[in-house]
Amino acid sequence: MAELTSLTLKAALEGLQSKAFSAVELTQAHVEAVEAARALNAYVVETPDKALEMAKASDERRARGEAGRLEGAPLGIKDLFCTEGVESTAASKILRGFKPTYESTVTANLWRDGAVMLGKLNMDEFAMGSSNETSAWGPVANPWRAEGGNAKLTPGGSSGGSAAAVAADLCLGATATDTGGSIRQPAAFTGTVGIKPTYGRCSRWGVVAFASSLDQAGPMARTVEDAAILLTSMAGHDPKDSTSLPVETPDFASFCGKSVKGLRVGIPKEYRVDGMPAEIEQLWEQGIAWLKEAGCEIVEVSLPHTKYALPAYYIIAPAEASSNLARYDGMRYGLRVEGANLAETYEKTRAEGFGAEVKRRILIGTYVLSAGYYDAYYLKALKVRRRIADDFDQAWQKVDALLTPTAPSAAFALGQKSDDPVAMYLNDIFTVTVNLAGLPGMSVPAGLDSQGLPLGLQLIGRNLDEGTLFSLGSAIEKAADFKAKPKKWW
Amino acid sequence: MAIDAATVRKVARLARIAEPEDRLESLARELSGILNWIEQLNEVDTDGVEPLTTSVETALPMRDDVVTDGGDPARVLANAPKAEKNFFVVPKVVE
Repeated sequence: MAELTSLTLKAALEGLQSKAFSAVELTQAHVEAVEAARALNAYVVETPDKALEMAKASDERRARGEAGRLEGAPLGIKDLFCTEGVESTAASKILRGFKPTYESTVTANLWRDGAVMLGKLNMDEFAMGSSNETSAWGPVANPWRAEGGNAKLTPGGSSGGSAAAVAADLCLGATATDTGGSIRQPAAFTGTVGIKPTYGRCSRWGVVAFASSLDQAGPMARTVEDAAILLTSMAGHDPKDSTSLPVETPDFASFCGKSVKGLRVGIPKEYRVDGMPAEIEQLWEQGIAWLKEAGCEIVEVSLPHTKYALPAYYIIAPAEASSNLARYDGMRYGLRVEGANLAETYEKTRAEGFGAEVKRRILIGTYVLSAGYYDAYYLKALKVRRRIADDFDQAWQKVDALLTPTAPSAAFALGQKSDDPVAMYLNDIFTVTVNLAGLPGMSVPAGLDSQGLPLGLQLIGRNLDEGTLFSLGSAIEKAADFKAKPKKWW
Repeated sequence: MAIDAATVRKVARLARIAEPEDRLESLARELSGILNWIEQLNEVDTDGVEPLTTSVETALPMRDDVVTDGGDPARVLANAPKAEKNFFVVPKVVE
């Protein structure tokens, strides 16, 4: 029943509702697809027994007339989310074998609404990476390949497993997280939709922490409406996360397909960066034309501090990470490598447990927070962060949303950028500003480049105004009519 | 600002990560490359700008000071590398 896996989430929910198929049938089709796609390395833990058990319980709930919003929908879960009794490693050796005795709030919300878990999705170690190559369990391969080539491409990162699984029909949708672009860049690289909601929309409780003031969970899906359905379930106030916003969650799907006539959309001139491929520039122009045709007013705006967002991020995120990752000391969970004394046990445990990029970021973070450098680096970065947030506040005086490219390139080959950390960091040049300011950002697939690889456009909105992004996103989706799928090679 | 092997040794010690001596030079080069790129922040005029630590600028919520969880040592210890009689077993700290 291969066709069951290529349904949109919305169509699958309708099929379940009309009893065209059962949750067990839908889940079985996905379990088989997951097993047949191991060459992609998208899943790091498969939970077929749990999935079928959850599907059976879902069919029973539906029969009793107790169907939830996501009743019977098989989903993939990024390995950054703690799942009770199911190994959760954040793709790090230091957490090998860690089985949480609790469930993250976001995943608990999905199960509350009837969803089914297919397994845990690969990612960059502790979400630190833009190509999935820092995973301790090996990189994910993008289901997309360049026309006429068979080189393995990156699915992007850090939510590369989520992106690949959604693009290759290995789940109806997936959870992901975004600290500097980790939902939106992989969405762009795989022709999928991803939204990072406003900071505080989704609870961070039970999500392995990377940089707490930037981390935010969000969905990846095959359509804008599917992403809206998922986010409606994932979001909501949680007293267990003190930064969770005490606001109502709207029905985000109700914004999809709404008229965007009269909306003012800003085009930030600073996003025209040197060396950006002409195809991405053209796609951006195309996106502007689509929104104009849909009745939007296009306004040029300026975000003058854009180029400083990445360097500020590479102080703030490592600083927070160095503090957050101090908990991996080999005492209470995870790996322990015994040394001659306590200090040596810590040092050996962390040397063996963490990969190269994670160590690099912990060292940078420790350095910028150390005595004598705190003001010059960390405090300076926080002041620049205020400047960046102020830029957006200025823009919101003139416009309702912003349109930019999502990433400065299409998917690149695995191994192509792994030797140069700064070149890798530049992947997030268009996405990272949004995390620093806490704003919602969405990537929508908008076309293919000359090699047949997907490209995405990014929409940025005001705080808590995901609704406008869903309306604009569905307008772009409709105009782009993006139907391309990766040719199956796995 | 370039950082040298001695600084990397010190920072690695602060971060409790064992870095072998023969890695210090190359790490110093890598980290210096990143820090040099970060230096461009000095171009930004931040006089009188308040640091922004979080995008959610609200007071921390208060709750009643009551026990909401606990009394479940088996779950707390379930992932411990070493545990005994409801305690984590750790290397000797006091001589």
